[in-house]
Amino acid sequence: MSSGGGGAAPVLSVRDIAVDYAGPRTVHAVRGVSFDLGRSEVLGIAGESGCGKSTLAYAIARLLRPPARMTAGSVVFHDTDGTAIDVTALSGEALRTFRWRRVAMVFQGAMNALNPVLSVRAQLGDVLRAHLPDLTRREREDRCRELLDLVGIEARWMSGYPHELSGGMRQRVMIAMAMALRPDVVILDEPTTALDVVVQREILEEIDRLRSVFGFAVIFITHDLSLLLEISDRLIIMYGGLIVEQGRATEIQAGAHHPYTLGMLGSIPTLRGDRRVLHGIPGTPPDLADPPSGCPFTPRCRYAFGACGAAVPPLLDVGTLTACAQYDPALRPDGPDDALGSASASVPAGSAADSPVEPAS
Amino acid sequence: MTELAVSHLSKTFVTHDRGRRVPLRAVDDVSFVLRSGHTVALVGESGSGKSTIARMLARLVRPTSGEIRLDGVPVPGGYRAVRRYRGTVQMIFQDPFASLNPTHTVGYHLRRPLRLHDVAEDRPAAQEAMYGLLARVNLSPAELMAGKYPHELSGGQRQRVAIARALAPRPRVLLADEPVSMLDVSIRLEILNLIERLKREDDLAVLYVTHDLATARYFATEAMVMYRGQVVESGSSDDVILRPAHPYTQLLASAAPDPTARRATTAPRDLAAAGSGPNGGAGNRSGRPAPDGGCLFRNRCPHAMEVCRQPVPVFAVDATHTARCWLYRDADQARAHAADAPA
Repeated sequence: MSSGGGGAAPVLSVRDIAVDYAGPRTVHAVRGVSFDLGRSEVLGIAGESGCGKSTLAYAIARLLRPPARMTAGSVVFHDTDGTAIDVTALSGEALRTFRWRRVAMVFQGAMNALNPVLSVRAQLGDVLRAHLPDLTRREREDRCRELLDLVGIEARWMSGYPHELSGGMRQRVMIAMAMALRPDVVILDEPTTALDVVVQREILEEIDRLRSVFGFAVIFITHDLSLLLEISDRLIIMYGGLIVEQGRATEIQAGAHHPYTLGMLGSIPTLRGDRRVLHGIPGTPPDLADPPSGCPFTPRCRYAFGACGAAVPPLLDVGTLTACAQYDPALRPDGPDDALGSASASVPAGSAADSPVEPAS
Repeated sequence: MTELAVSHLSKTFVTHDRGRRVPLRAVDDVSFVLRSGHTVALVGESGSGKSTIARMLARLVRPTSGEIRLDGVPVPGGYRAVRRYRGTVQMIFQDPFASLNPTHTVGYHLRRPLRLHDVAEDRPAAQEAMYGLLARVNLSPAELMAGKYPHELSGGQRQRVAIARALAPRPRVLLADEPVSMLDVSIRLEILNLIERLKREDDLAVLYVTHDLATARYFATEAMVMYRGQVVESGSSDDVILRPAHPYTQLLASAAPDPTARRATTAPRDLAAAGSGPNGGAGNRSGRPAPDGGCLFRNRCPHAMEVCRQPVPVFAVDATHTARCWLYRDADQARAHAADAPA
């Protein structure tokens, strides 16, 4: 498990990506992130607002605009025939054809991602016209119909405008648009955050169904860790612009290692589990214009010790890949803090090793 | 012991569609009681009317009909009476980025209600009470925090200020309208735990409005589920969420993310499996909203029957658990008979 490429040949290799937002105080939003995305794998990226997860997605799709700038790193796309495309080096026409045909994106906020003054037909047609200019109008019309049918929207909505659609339907249109060129990778950036749970569930099922039909890989970005534990194959937890933990969803659920991941798992009440005392994580996320030296979680971490502030810890294979000095044998020859060790061993999602709660009364 | 009782509360908004006036029944005949030391969760999706109820209780929206009684006394109209009422019933709003005035300091936000509600007689007293409030919501150092402006605070800190402000008049009822939905996940539990602690310390009656079943179960003793303006199910939060009776609550519970149920989609859960009724699976999305008159959920319900076109009374599922669903008519009647029969 090098960068944990999910076993199969990767479709996307991301190496050491760093993104800055230039300004009077330059914000280092992503600070060296590497991972592989396996073919038709579902990779979840979890983190709080400001952890860099959306910026990372934009960097992968080459959609960053000033003041954001990718300062380091590479993204390589591996085609099915074995050729590797260096996405970071693409420009002009080559980049335009790469985007959407290879990597499509469903943006955050379905409510606002569609153009309010264009009909659904015009917006779907636009994608096809731009990327498949040889299609006749009739063919384009048929493809649009087919795409909407794919996501369960009746063809009569083709002439509709975004404000006439419900939030869930708008998100379906966005997904249809992402499917238009049968991409190999679909990046979903908080696709269901603005939606009600029932609609969210429908959208998730739709995405999974489409994935089983077309076999594309998914990068699913959200702050909702319980959702990711349920739907993803592999999981990346980001904090302060860095990956702090990475592993199979089942492994993270059965035994997360990083104190931040443990804190997140311990702060999610489960729907059906026992009631017990839950705690949030005290403190606030770091200011990325002036990130703390070393591990960004140090100021909020109850297991922090001297070495934590010294250097950013590397990802160590301790069952999951974990960037935490507590697990570094060079720094702690006797192993991690006992409390951390037992917390990690006994945490199925949302059942931290805390004292039992008295029922709310 | 404080009791805020709501009976047959309704609110109809008038909307316009191409010049025609269209009444929108946002809240339809809702009754419940908030008691000191108890948290009642009001659960529902956006547009279900849950926030409108909280706003009516805070007297920000005038009910179309129905009554609100505080300790048995109907809430009077008039400026002074409403202010007195608001001293007892306070609200925490969803968005701490919008509910604080960007041009005023934290200290100002807290001193003002202290003076307006005569909690503090003079400036020094207000100052002292303000520091006390900041300490209670764990905003320290208080002297430093009091001088800050909202934009200098994180979302969690802002919500703490909003909570401190709500506590300033020494209320006995707290209305929390989605108090954590705008906050980061790691912060949410801290804020909910804070509200829980304050509830215990001050013996507050709390209404917790949320769309999140898991926190509703965690923090509330009772839960009410709303669908299109009606309370479709109510009971102890464990009963409602672990043993949902109404098909809509069942749908909500099955749709909530559940890390213990991996890949629900490859092994379809009851969502699809329940699809034996006339509407296919539960949560049929294509079902147009059912017209008023009968059960409002009938067009999406996997159990829909002919009788569902009739107005649905509230049936008892068991002693403390009710559902507005015809499926429970027999159970309800059996219970009634059992109660009539000699022991």
